[in-house]
Order: sequence, then C-alpha cells, then structure tokens
Amino acid sequence: MIVLDKDNFETEVLKADGLVLVDYWSESCVPCKALLPDIEEMAKTYKGKIKFCKLDVTTARRLAISQKVLGLPTITLYKSGEKLSELSKDDASKDSIHNMIKSALG
Amino acid sequence: MSNIYDVVIIGAGPAGLAAGIYAARAKLSTLILEKDSPGGQIVITEEVANYPGSVENATGPSLVARMLEQCREFGAEQKKEAVISVDFSGKLKKITSSAATYEAKAVIVAAGAIPRKICCPGENDLVGKGVSYCATCDADFFTDLEVFCIGGGDTALEEALYLSKFARKVSIVHRRNEFRAAKSIVDKVLKNPKISIIYDSVVEELKGDGILESLSLRNVKTNELTEYKAAECDGTFGCFVFIGSLPHSELFKDSLKLSDDGYICTDEDMKTNIPGVFAAGDIRVKSLRQVVTAAADGAIAAVQADKYIETAFN
Ligand SMILES: Cc1cc2nc3c(=O)[nH]c(=O)nc-3n(C[C@H](O)[C@H](O)[C@H](O)COP(=O)(O)OP(=O)(O)OC[C@H]3O[C@@H](n4cnc5c(N)ncnc54)[C@H](O)[C@@H]3O)c2cc1C
Repeated sequence: MIVLDKDNFETEVLKADGLVLVDYWSESCVPCKALLPDIEEMAKTYKGKIKFCKLDVTTARRLAISQKVLGLPTITLYKSGEKLSELSKDDASKDSIHNMIKSALG
Repeated sequence: MSNIYDVVIIGAGPAGLAAGIYAARAKLSTLILEKDSPGGQIVITEEVANYPGSVENATGPSLVARMLEQCREFGAEQKKEAVISVDFSGKLKKITSSAATYEAKAVIVAAGAIPRKICCPGENDLVGKGVSYCATCDADFFTDLEVFCIGGGDTALEEALYLSKFARKVSIVHRRNEFRAAKSIVDKVLKNPKISIIYDSVVEELKGDGILESLSLRNVKTNELTEYKAAECDGTFGCFVFIGSLPHSELFKDSLKLSDDGYICTDEDMKTNIPGVFAAGDIRVKSLRQVVTAAADGAIAAVQADKYIETAFN
C-alpha cells in the first residue's frame, strides 16, 4: 500500500487516473488498526485494478477535513480524482468494502 | 475438526474474555466468537481508571490486550466470526456464524451493547462527518476546534476531559441540571478551563452539507431552541455522543427472556430462562455496566456453565 502524506496526496489520489482507495486511519483508532489487515489483503486481491493507499490523518488533519473526512475509520474510493463512494465507522466492514469495490469495478 | 464444544462464548468484550479465562482454566473446550476485533466497547476509551488493579498503562486497549493474552494462555480458542443465528431448543445448543455452525453444551451470551444514538434529524448522515461515538478514534480531527460532548454520566464526562486535550473548547450538553457522575470526575470537569456546561438541554437537530456545520439545542424546561453554528474560520465542529447504550440482543429476542428495553434477564448466577444458556456483561439487566462487573459476570457464567455441564451431561 502507498503511504500518503500532505505532499503526495494530490499526485497519488486527486490527479491520478483510475480507481484509488484511501484508508484514512490513525494510531489511536483501534477499529482502524483492526481493519488494516483486511485492507492489506484486499490490496493483493485487487492488485492492478485499484491503487490502495493509506493516510495517517494525524499527519494531515486539514487535508482529511478538506476531503470531508472527520471520523475514523473511513474508506474512500476515488475515480480520476473524484470521490466515487465512501464507507465510514461501522459501515466500513470487510464485506461492505468488498461490495463497494465490486460495484465500482462493474 | 469437530464443531462441538463444551462452551461457546458469543462476544469477546471484558465479559466474554473473563468467561473464556475461567472456562478454559476449568479445562472446558471453549470457543469465543467475536465479529470485530476483540475487546468490545472498552477498546475505544483512553483511560480506564476505575478497574481494580489497572493503574499503570490503564488504557482500554492495553487492558484488553492483557485479558486476551491470559485467555489464550489458558487455551480458549478464538475466531473472528459474527454469530448470525442461534437455536437453543435442543440439549446441544446450535450457534451459526458467518462461517460455520457450532454445537455447544453450554452457551455464554456476552454480546454487549452499542452506543445509543441521539435519534435526531441529521445524525445518521453526519456520522464520521463530525458526529462521533468514539473519542479516541476522532478527537484528533478537532485539534483547536470546538466540540460538543452530549451526555452527563461518567462516560460523557471522562470523554469530555479527554477531548479537552485536543479541542479549543468543549461544551457538555446535559439534559438535567445536575450530574449523577462520580464526584471526583465532576470536580475535574468543573475545574477544567476549556470545558463549559449547557444544562437542561437536548440535541434537536444536526445540520451540514457533507460535514457538521450546525447543532440545535432545545432547553427542556423552556422549550427554547438555540442554534450553534461552526465559526467561519473553522467550518465545522465535533459532536461526540455518550448517552448510554443499547443491548446487542436482537438475535436472542425469540429465545431468551428480555426486559422491556431489550436486556437479557438472568438470575444472579447469570442463568437465563433456558438451562445451559447464560448471559454476562452489558447485555443483561443490571444496575452497573462497567468492565469490573462485566468481568465478574463472565467468571460467574463460566463457573455455572461448568456445573451445568457436569450435571446435565454426565
Ligand atoms: C466510551 C466508553 C468509555 C467507557 N469507559 C469505561 C471505564 O472507564 N471504566 C469501565 O469500567 N467501563 C467503561 N465503559 C463501559 C465498558 O466498556 C462496558 O461496561 C464493558 O465493555 C462491557 O463489556 P461486555 O463484554 O459486556 O460488552 P462489550 O464490551 O460491548 O463487548 C461485546 C462484544 O461482543 C461482540 N458481539 C456482539 N454481537 C456479536 C455477534 N452477533 N457475533 C459475534 N460477536 C458479537 C461485540 O463486537 C463486542 O466486541 C465505557 C464504555 C464506553 C462506550
């Protein structure tokens, strides 16, 4: 997974072609850390189809807020820099993320 | 491998983990099913200062990590599977998860509770957009911003203190005009220069276009409405909700006796209305829902399950 920060977010996500998944997380968010292994596994499953990235929001709080992300965990799917779909909090389960990805892949 | 266990425990919060420790120590073959990561509600709190013995490194996650290690050492098996249905009608109880069906001589229901929502317009749309039930997950977003903390119990006040380490200002919204929380916590809150208190008030509506921008409060005595809008320079603020919990008892409503508000009824040995089925922790009718009582329930349930198995199956 690509590690995002303030400096590369624009190139890796907003200016990128195709599908990009961003896992917004932080060290103090226990549900985020529980979800991370599932996301890492998906990154392998969907290799070549979706670019998987993660952003530690404590290093980029303003950036996350500018993306209207104010709660963790949040998993957002971008297509050509635009938000396509998003799952947050209890909705961000392994199964629902798979479904979100599947419907994006068509 | 066989899918028959002596005891199946549903939920790996403090109650389920304590039950796991006692059951496995009693040499019962024990399976704990947990749909999320283990630990239950307590993993989302920063400080658990009131659990006996939790002095050093008393965070929720570290406490849970120690319970988990203990549970594994005694040999309780754990699976990350959600229980989706149960059949308690036979002598062997059936528990069906997302992955398999298990049979058990005894079942301990320790599925806990989930945070109660305000149930006002706008709330559901703004979860993760300013509305939160988890301070350790989301406090950081509100560094130097304003937050509202809804509720007047121990949990709300403890979390308000935690939030005050991040936010510029914390306003506690309490529906009464005095606190029932522990006096030592109330004192800390009242002394905290960043925290102010709005008494006699409830949240009526939350609004925002994509992120939380406005919150309306109703004074329960005068019915007066007051709207708080995010400061121009901030664009948003936080609304953290700690107004109690709802039992995770949907799955059991057809088989177990529940109270009017959905908690499982047990006797003081954690026995439900069905022999061989026990309930422990926040999910059952009780007067104090805390880690220490959840753990105690779990221990009692496991010991009683052991006794039950001995008489019913030998
Ligand atoms: C913000 C906050 C702060 C708190 N602070 C304190 C404190 O300082 N001190 C204190 O003593 N207490 C505190 N509490 C209360 C304490 O967390 C609870 O009393 C305790 O966690 C109850 O334990 P439990 O095992 O009964 O239930 P829970 O902790 O709710 O655990 C139940 C588990 O069961 C799982 N589960 C539910 N349904 C299923 C299913 N169908 N299949 C599989 N698994 C399932 C859940 O995912 C969960 O992990 C706090 C609570 C909150 C919300």
